[in-house]
Amino acid sequence: MTSAEEKPPIVLDEPDREFVEMIKRTGGPNIQSCYQCGTCSGSCPAGARTNFLVRGIIRKALLGMKQECISAPELWYCTTCYTCTDRCPQDVKPTDVIKAIRNIAVQEGYMLQNHQKVAQKVLETGHAVPLDKESWQKLREKVGLEPIPPNASRFPEAIADVVKIAKKTHFDKLVEDKDEDEE
Amino acid sequence: MPKRPAFYHFLGCIIPHRYPSIEKATRLVFEDLDMDLLDMEGATCCPAPGVFGSFERITWATIAARNLTIAEETGHPITTGCNGCFASLWDANYELKHDEDLREAVNAGLKEIDREFKGTIEVTHYVDALYNTAGLEKMRKRVVRPMKGVRMALHPGCHFMRPKLLKKKEDSERPHILKDISLTTGGEYVPYKDELMCCGAGGAVRTADIKIALDFTKQKFESIQAAGGADMIVTPCPFCELQLDLGQVEIEKHFGVKFEFDVLHISELLALAFGHDPDEFGLDTHLQYMQRKTEPHWEQLGIKR
Repeated sequence: MTSAEEKPPIVLDEPDREFVEMIKRTGGPNIQSCYQCGTCSGSCPAGARTNFLVRGIIRKALLGMKQECISAPELWYCTTCYTCTDRCPQDVKPTDVIKAIRNIAVQEGYMLQNHQKVAQKVLETGHAVPLDKESWQKLREKVGLEPIPPNASRFPEAIADVVKIAKKTHFDKLVEDKDEDEE
Repeated sequence: MPKRPAFYHFLGCIIPHRYPSIEKATRLVFEDLDMDLLDMEGATCCPAPGVFGSFERITWATIAARNLTIAEETGHPITTGCNGCFASLWDANYELKHDEDLREAVNAGLKEIDREFKGTIEVTHYVDALYNTAGLEKMRKRVVRPMKGVRMALHPGCHFMRPKLLKKKEDSERPHILKDISLTTGGEYVPYKDELMCCGAGGAVRTADIKIALDFTKQKFESIQAAGGADMIVTPCPFCELQLDLGQVEIEKHFGVKFEFDVLHISELLALAFGHDPDEFGLDTHLQYMQRKTEPHWEQLGIKR
């Protein structure tokens, strides 16, 4: 069956030959084993309700269509459930490929503001979901626990460690507020 | 007397900060099963595998490795009750043992804080400690409040068993470990079509677009209803628990559909079956009940109040 809508041909004027190598280095070493069977997309609960198409992203990546891959909002609809990884007959590990493409997207400035905020929370508190209200401490007391658990919420030196690590990997710069976000 | 097994207890974020009833129930259950939990002082976020792993792999692995080195100091294995924390710590531990380039990059980061990843410990999930260390027989013997007639729908979640070739826990198309543990309580297993589907929260999707995440969750609830319903949903993960529990309040808001499932972590189910009063660990503090100002369906859960 064909779509009634006319589809323009894929433009391959400037394929980025480096993109596949970048993905392989960044955590998706098996991407070139893909033979486009579509088991990944057929197994994908995100693909069942959104336009996220694992097979399509992998195909685009193999064609060197870097910009299309890293700028696609649906790149962030994968819940990393690994069902595709468990079913892929070619051991492409599609989940790891998606995560690698996300790493490259973030490097190139494609990061949602909400994601940036979660990352900043870890640098500020040591936790993505912090003990940031007194009511959370009260909830702990209500169940018979000490108000502050023995994690980074109690030990500020742990937060300092995380900040040092982030400085070393330049993660702090990667997730800091950019000027245009501060309006 | 034989030495009691001891685990470093990795709390993570959601259990201690949002669902402390799971932390308390776990302490009760491990004590009942003669297993020790040791505090991991200064542990941070694991950090979330689908989130930080998606942002920057080296930073993810280095923060995870810092957590691992806390346990390496004395050599006890880690145990955690969160599929996400388990994935981060287990994966980082595995990858650092097998990928020299990554290990070099990570140890360069850890050097800044005078630590080094050595690769000397193992990472387990509560489910491993329950199933392998305590064992089903020991759990069965501890049950003093059999969950007779209680229909349990299970949500195993993703990151304990997948990727199956790497984790080698069980067949992710036919998992049995959570089911075996749950059945020791005497409850009844309710199969449903979407049991093995993701809750929708992972991979930074809950943060990116909550409505898409909730659409997964809603499908799971509808699938349980199509199977004839259940008296409780049991999961081994607090992030799944948050998505399934608080998610019901959010689904009502976003989709106008009301579900009223009681969602229990496997530790909470066992605490009940082992005879603990629900107030002993605060089952009614789940965020669904706090926000809706409701209570668990005690009778359905087999609890006399």
